[in-house]
Amino acid sequence: MKLGRLFAWACLVLAIVISLFPLYWMLRTAITPGRELAVDNAGLLPRHPTLFNFQRVLGLATREEARAAGGSGADLDFFRYLANSVVYTGLITGVQTVLCAMAGYAFARLRFPGRDLLFGLFVAALMVPPIFTLLPNFVLVKELGWLDTYQGMVAPSLLMTPFAVFFLRQFFLGVPREVEQAALIDGAGKGVIFWRVVLPMTKGPLLTLALTTAVWTWNDYLWPLLVAPGEETRVLTAALGVFLKQSPNTAPDWTGLMAGSALSVVPVLLLVVFFGRRLVDSIQFSGMKG
Amino acid sequence: MVNRGDGRLAVAFLAPVLIGFAVFYVYPSLRGAWYSLTDWNLLSEPRFVGLGNYAKLVGDPLFWNSLKVTFGYVAITIAVQLVAGLGLAALLHRLTRSLVIRSLLLVPWLVPSVTTALLWMWLLDANLGFLNHLLVGLGLDNQGFLTSPDLALTSVAVINSWGGVGYTALLLYAGMLLVPPTVYEAAALDGSGEVRTFFRITLPLMRPILAFVLVVTLIGSFQLFDTVAVTTKGGPVNATRVVYYYIYEQAFTHFKMGYASALALSLVLILGVLTFVQMRLLRASTSDLA
Repeated sequence: MKLGRLFAWACLVLAIVISLFPLYWMLRTAITPGRELAVDNAGLLPRHPTLFNFQRVLGLATREEARAAGGSGADLDFFRYLANSVVYTGLITGVQTVLCAMAGYAFARLRFPGRDLLFGLFVAALMVPPIFTLLPNFVLVKELGWLDTYQGMVAPSLLMTPFAVFFLRQFFLGVPREVEQAALIDGAGKGVIFWRVVLPMTKGPLLTLALTTAVWTWNDYLWPLLVAPGEETRVLTAALGVFLKQSPNTAPDWTGLMAGSALSVVPVLLLVVFFGRRLVDSIQFSGMKG
Repeated sequence: MVNRGDGRLAVAFLAPVLIGFAVFYVYPSLRGAWYSLTDWNLLSEPRFVGLGNYAKLVGDPLFWNSLKVTFGYVAITIAVQLVAGLGLAALLHRLTRSLVIRSLLLVPWLVPSVTTALLWMWLLDANLGFLNHLLVGLGLDNQGFLTSPDLALTSVAVINSWGGVGYTALLLYAGMLLVPPTVYEAAALDGSGEVRTFFRITLPLMRPILAFVLVVTLIGSFQLFDTVAVTTKGGPVNATRVVYYYIYEQAFTHFKMGYASALALSLVLILGVLTFVQMRLLRASTSDLA
C-alpha cells in the first residue's frame, strides 16, 4: 500500500515535469547565443547564457547585430506586437463581457415576446464551427475596407459571442429571485436593479468569463492573421507565425523564435499567479455542471 | 408588474448583442450558404453554379483524405486525452487537494497554441531537438517526428494533447469530487481495492461528465488548425491535411471561396450529426447517482 502511494506520487510528479519541462526548454533555448545552438543544445543550461535574443526580437539591436546572432535580418518589434495583442484582447474582453452580461440577464429575467426562440438561435449558433462564418466575415471586413485595422480585427467578437451570452444566462438563472424582488418592492426598476444589485453580486462569474475570453482571444491566430497581417496591427501569435516563415527552413532561427515564444507566455504566467484559483475553479465548475 | 412584460428594457439590454449576432453570425451564415452555390475567386463576381461545388466535393479525393486524417487525429487525441486525463484526475483525487499542483498542470492549456506548436517543433526537431537527444541517449535512432508521413499526425496529436490534458484532467477531477464519499467507504468495507473501485464505481458514476468531455474534445479536435498551420502545413504528403486546414487552403491559398464554403457547410452538418449521435448514445443527461 505504501509502495503504491509512492508510485502514484512519482506518476504525478512526472506529469508535472512533462507539463513544465517544455517551457523550461523554451527559456533555455532563448538564452543560448544563436551561433552556439548548433553545438550547445543538450545540456540543462547553456554554456554562455545571454539576453541578446530578447533584445533582438524586441527590436533593440541593430540589423547587423541581429544577423550576426543568427537572425534573418527581418525587422522584428515584439513590443508593438505585444501592445497589439493587449489592445485586441482588452477591447474584446471588456466590451463583450459587459454587453453579454446585459443580454444574459435579459434572457434569464426579463419577459418579452420571442425570447425563447431568440435564445434557441443563439444556442444553435454555438454548434457552428467558426470557420463557416469566418470566410464571409473576412469578405465583409474586406468590403468595409477594414483590413489591417483594429476595428476590423475586433468587429466579429466585440459585441458578443453566443457562448458568453449562454454562459451568463445560465448563471443569472441561478441567482435567487428574492434579492431582486426585495428591490422591486422598494420601487427600483429592473434596469437599476441589474446595475446596482445583480451585477455587484455576480462579480465572480463575470471575472471568470472575462478570464476565459481573455485567454481565448490572446491565443487567437487564424482570424488576426487573415484580417490584420500588416506590421502596424500584427498581434503576437501572428507575429510568431510570420517570424517562422521568414526564418530559413533548413536552419530556423530557434533562439530568436524561442525568445519570442517566451514573451507570448509571460502574460499567461501572470494570469496563473494572480488568478490561479479562479481559473482552476471555473474549469472545475463546468466539470460539475457537465 | 404582472404580465406587463419588459419589452423596452429588453430591447435596450439586447440591442448591441443582437446587432452583433445579426451582422457577424446570421448574415455571414446566409452569405456562406450562398457562396457554397457559386464559383468565386474573391475578385470577380460570384457565378452561380447550383450544387456544382457539392458534386465536386463528393468526387474530391483530397476532401475524403482530409476527413480520414481528421478522424484519425480525433481518435488519437480523444484516446490520449481521456486515458491521460482520467489517470491524472484519479491521481489528484486520491493524493492531494493542492491548488498549486492543479494550477501547474493547467499551465500548458494557457499557452497560446501557436507558441505550443513552435515549442514542440523545436523539441521534436529531427537533428537538434531535445526528444531526439533522449532517443539517442537511450541508444535509439533519430526520428523526424514531424517530417515522416507515418509519425506526423501522431506527433501533432501528442502536441495538442500536451496543451489540453491538464484542462481535461481538471474537468474529470471535478466530476470525481461529485461521487459521494459514502460510496467509497462502502466499497472499502467490502474489500474492494483501488483499481477495482476506480473501474467499478468511479468510472460508471462519472458518465455525464465523461460525455461532456467527449463532446467538447470532439468538437475542439475537428477544429484543428493552428498546430498544423505552424508545424507541417498539411504535409508530409497530405498526412496532416485536416479538414479545417483544407478549407483554409481552398479559400486563402487557391481563392476558391465557393468551394471552401461548400466544404465548411458540410463540416457544419457532419459536426451536428456527430454531436447529436454522441449525446444520444451516452444518454448524457442521466446520471446513475440520481
